[in-house]
Amino acid sequence: MSVLRPLDKLPRLNTATILLVGTEDALLQQLADSMLKEDCASELKVHLAKSLPLPSSVNRPRIDLIVFVVNLHSKYSLQNTEESLHHVDASFFLGKVCFLATGAGRESHCSIHRHTMVKLAHTYQSPLLYCDLEVEGFRATMAQRLVRMLQMCAGHVPGVSALNLLSLLRSSEGPSLEDM
Amino acid sequence: MDETVAEFIKRTILKIRMNELLTILKAWDFLPENQLQTINFRQRKESLVQHLVRLCEEKHASLNDAALLDIICEDVDLFDMKQFKNSFKKILQRALKNALTVASKHHQIVKMDLRSRYLESLKAIVFKQYNQTFETHNSTTPLQERNLGLDINMDSRIIHENIAEKERVQQITQKTFGDYPQPQLEFAQYKLETKFKSDLNGSILAEREEPLRCLIKFSSPHLLEALKSLAPAGIADAPLSPLLTCIPNKRMNYFKIRDK
Repeated sequence: MSVLRPLDKLPRLNTATILLVGTEDALLQQLADSMLKEDCASELKVHLAKSLPLPSSVNRPRIDLIVFVVNLHSKYSLQNTEESLHHVDASFFLGKVCFLATGAGRESHCSIHRHTMVKLAHTYQSPLLYCDLEVEGFRATMAQRLVRMLQMCAGHVPGVSALNLLSLLRSSEGPSLEDM
Repeated sequence: MDETVAEFIKRTILKIRMNELLTILKAWDFLPENQLQTINFRQRKESLVQHLVRLCEEKHASLNDAALLDIICEDVDLFDMKQFKNSFKKILQRALKNALTVASKHHQIVKMDLRSRYLESLKAIVFKQYNQTFETHNSTTPLQERNLGLDINMDSRIIHENIAEKERVQQITQKTFGDYPQPQLEFAQYKLETKFKSDLNGSILAEREEPLRCLIKFSSPHLLEALKSLAPAGIADAPLSPLLTCIPNKRMNYFKIRDK
């Protein structure tokens, strides 16, 4: 099956799995390392992929959160994300997908306009996070945030579901696209 | 004194204007002043030059001395920075070509469009020496263990989904660039004179009949290593465009591209 579905597998006990999708392996690796350094009651698993569809594998656990990492310096990175999105089932976009844009700090190197990312996130009804993954401090903070999000999406936080999280994040966002 | 050096000196002196010759020879400071005073600067240029070359031979002029004379001979206006830069660049290019000629003991190097500041690398590319040390590379070590810029984490909580793809990229990169360090090059320049191709319908530029002229220049402290690391770093697809990968093979880094 070439489309990822959120509920096609049973969850494993106390396990939360995140899938990071992005072209630059080194960045994904660093982010994964930072996330695994966090203290977390759940058992974390981080899958790294350059693009979707994933190679077929029966042993892969259920994926609780997908993060698409886009490097604002690289149109190739955006193009890869856009193509990968076609292999994600619509039901994933109920709070189990988010976009992470890196590289905004070095504006002169950016070849993707911020507006493009905002529009993409808006189209897929998913949150957009900014973080310069190359900076260790920022990366650690983002890793912390992602771990918390992952736990919620995996259902490990009582009373909060992925959909709750999504609506919470939505209401605290700035003005809607039309107002910009 | 080497025949080539004699010829070099002879040609350099022939280019000097008669009224400047003495000044330049004094500035060169290779032939002592008392000797210069004994020379008849009013004789015909050919005989004068021959006389001077003989004097240089007696003093065993080396290639360095000849090169120094060549540099001094340039008509350089130190107050005009732009002209100075152009002249200096020409001097360097000429010195480089001369050095290469003598170093390779060939007296004729066919015009090459290969420009770089690193003489060793240029020589290596021209004479295809850069892969000689590594011809017997042993490729039986498994891919993950080789340090090809891939740092596969040993943490079992991290799973790489696209291992097969990574290996494919590494293999293609290795086939294209080899395992050896790349010769050092700082630029690659592409002059395009092609018609503009666009996926967008109704793009204004695409409807032009005339070719679009544009210049693309890649520069880097170490261009070939940078190109080699593009695909493994995930910045570009593998295989890279042959326009980029052919640089060492074609011994060119200045290209003109036209429509067929």
